[in-house]
Amino acid sequence: MNAVITVIGADKVGILAKVSGVCAEYNVNIEEVTQNILGEVFAMIMIVDVANSTVPFTALSEKLAAAGREIGTDIRITRQELFDAMHRI
Amino acid sequence: MIDTGDIIETIRMITDENLDVRTVTMGVSLLDCADEDPKKACEKIYQKITTVAKDLVPIVEDISANYGVPIVNKRISVTPISMLLACAKNPNPADYAKALDRAAHTVGVNFVGGYSALVQKGFAKGDRELIASIPEALSTTKLVCSSINIGSTKSGLNMDAVKMMGPIIRRTAELTKDDNCMGAAKLVVFCNAPEDNPFMAGAFHGPGEPDCVINVGVSGPGAVRAALAKLPKDADLSKVAETVKRTAFKITRMGELVGRLAAGRLGVPFGIVDLSLAPTPAVGDSVANVLEEMGLEKCGCYGTTAALALLNDAVKKGGVMASGHVGGLSGAFIPVSEDEGMIKSVRQGALGLEKLEAMTAVCSVGIDMVVVPGDTPAEVLSGLIADEAAIGMVNTKTTAVRVIPAIGKKAGDELNFGGLLGYGPVMPINTFSPKTFIDRGGRIPAPLQALKN
Repeated sequence: MNAVITVIGADKVGILAKVSGVCAEYNVNIEEVTQNILGEVFAMIMIVDVANSTVPFTALSEKLAAAGREIGTDIRITRQELFDAMHRI
Repeated sequence: MIDTGDIIETIRMITDENLDVRTVTMGVSLLDCADEDPKKACEKIYQKITTVAKDLVPIVEDISANYGVPIVNKRISVTPISMLLACAKNPNPADYAKALDRAAHTVGVNFVGGYSALVQKGFAKGDRELIASIPEALSTTKLVCSSINIGSTKSGLNMDAVKMMGPIIRRTAELTKDDNCMGAAKLVVFCNAPEDNPFMAGAFHGPGEPDCVINVGVSGPGAVRAALAKLPKDADLSKVAETVKRTAFKITRMGELVGRLAAGRLGVPFGIVDLSLAPTPAVGDSVANVLEEMGLEKCGCYGTTAALALLNDAVKKGGVMASGHVGGLSGAFIPVSEDEGMIKSVRQGALGLEKLEAMTAVCSVGIDMVVVPGDTPAEVLSGLIADEAAIGMVNTKTTAVRVIPAIGKKAGDELNFGGLLGYGPVMPINTFSPKTFIDRGGRIPAPLQALKN
């Protein structure tokens, strides 16, 4: 089951390490990473496979949000189907 | 792989532009709860709702967490209660409202709608009793919403019912005057009421519906406004309409996804997506702001009706393609107290009841969440209902009236309902009397549906 992790905020040292650390801790496999500067905003998008995650999805979501708060960025995880529904006909 | 820009756009719509699914509403038929003994009927109602809807709130909250989509309300709509009263012996209708209220509290939903009667052509057994009991029912319950359909394009207007509803609205406001006249905010008078509307206070589960069904209402004026803000100021109105359509498509797809997931997990059929742009009192989540973004100085100035007609039509065109089944009210809502931009326009004198009435001819619903002076005579309220219903009847569309007489207050004062119902200034209303006309009663015949020139 694929999900999309989005990190939006100011660019900082260690963002990738922080997010991938949380993923590794809960056995979430990172499949793809892209980074963009959109306007003045840093945006990192990770496609991850959460099928073998050791915690339920909502708990994982909370762990990522908490990690985001530690470094002052907004980190969210969303099931991929939402983006497919909204942007593909 | 999905486009990075699309992903960011979706996240921004949710985090910055207040995009959400406004409501997941479970429609539940209570026809099998009818009983000669009112006590037994109320017990059956409680049992049925708490059985079929017991997982509604946890499942919808789980979907919300998994997909990162805020789902603001979980609601239940039921068979019009007057149908259950028809076979009961000496019922006190308000007991049925209390049973609904208890069931709603038990399953944790925000509102339960369906304390309703459909009287467009006349009164069946139970209808008058239900209408008479509305003030008591809405003042002794928290979560129950009531709606009465008093007219339709095919049946005309039941003016006896129109006459009844003015005093009923006043009495409901009076009995809840210590709570900002909240009772009247939970009471809608309809013409052409849809049977699958997921929005409150007008939701009920029509007799043509299946036993249990999931309907979804989307939202998203903030997202539409943000999309329009990106257009150059001299972009022509075809481009404006196209932008609204594209945004409405995305918003509706989100609603469709949530509805299908919820229906699948609850094991009930998926009904419809209601393509309504529903505002909230939050800053930026306003239909008035969308109209102003098109180039109006203030919502209410000349050009407002035309801008709203464009918006309403484009929302439907974008939404229809995004959903398998569309229904409910489907259009732009203009509830004054629930829309921060509308409230501002009223306060600044840009928007009055007359302009709102014109706007209702081209958009969804009608005179909605409008606070009027506490001394407004009942026949004036009935006259307002008759005018709105006539607009709906002639134009083959739904119209409704949800006005709140602010007991003890006058034009310029304010009422604050809190939460999604918002706050609103008391609006001046024309008090020349339609009493003799309203007192005539009877029916206004259904309009001709041909020779339309």
